[in-house]
Amino acid sequence: MFTQSQLDAVDSAIIAHLIESGVDHVIFMDMAGNTIAKHHNGKSRLDATAFAALAAGNFAAVDAMAKLVGESEFSLLFHKGEKSSIHFSKVNEDTLLITMFNKDISLGLVRLKVAETVNDINHILDAK
Amino acid sequence: MALINVKTREVQIKIVYYGPGRGGKTTNLEYINTKYRDQIKTEMVSLKTQDDRTLFFDFLPFDVGQIKGFDVTIQLYTVPGQVKYNATRRLVLRGVDGIVFVADVQKEQRRKNIESLNQLYENLETYSLDLFKLPLVMQYNKIDLKNSGIEILPTQILQKDLNSVLKAPAFEASAVSGGNVIPTLKKIITLTLSSIQDQLF
Repeated sequence: MFTQSQLDAVDSAIIAHLIESGVDHVIFMDMAGNTIAKHHNGKSRLDATAFAALAAGNFAAVDAMAKLVGESEFSLLFHKGEKSSIHFSKVNEDTLLITMFNKDISLGLVRLKVAETVNDINHILDAK
Repeated sequence: MALINVKTREVQIKIVYYGPGRGGKTTNLEYINTKYRDQIKTEMVSLKTQDDRTLFFDFLPFDVGQIKGFDVTIQLYTVPGQVKYNATRRLVLRGVDGIVFVADVQKEQRRKNIESLNQLYENLETYSLDLFKLPLVMQYNKIDLKNSGIEILPTQILQKDLNSVLKAPAFEASAVSGGNVIPTLKKIITLTLSSIQDQLF
């Protein structure tokens, strides 16, 4: 279970790195499909509960595929759409960070900002 | 494991409907979705094949109000029942808090029920979970078929086959007409909530 101060720090990291960089939605969730933190820029709506359940299933399926081809994991997933895209990144063994962004922001910037956020979250969670 | 968020004061609980293929797991969720439509904020998510068999899972979240100042959301999942989809069944079980085992009462399904329950035990073991310690409710579904002259297993036989050691609460049900769907749901919610109560405070 996460403490209040950890959750506050995770929220700050997500807002500072990702929301302020212009992404649409960010969901920090566990591998069972439960959302731990969710943030958005207020411009679009998303059913985050259903999204998290599907994202957990998707990531788990790809992880199982990785094992079948002899990889220990595919730690990064990316789905590109015409208007919006989704970036999945594993944070640790139990959690995932999902970032949705539109075509105004580049994949390179998202990857950089996600990496910074994941790094921060891992520090926050390790400092129990 | 249930997710308890002290900041947003939310509890998220995962309940999985498990059982052999064509046993009525999805039908249970569809009935709940219709019955409690007003309390369910989102659409039911179903990942199915072209012929309506569950491919990955069905997902239905709904709120059950507050407990000790925490908003409780129950997330219902089904697994695909077909034998070949065991890898995906196992994935859906990750983080499970409570299980409804939906058995098919048709006489010809007797062996499949037992095999499915044994596989559930093995699948949970991969997450270091013990079926004997998890909240569990048995549902003997399709009891209505006896009215159509189809041979069904008596409940005593099902209890002996599936529940003689587990001794979980059991319901005879008819998911297609809604018979005992809600009592099954209420029972698993009660058992699951009391099992996580200690984590809350």
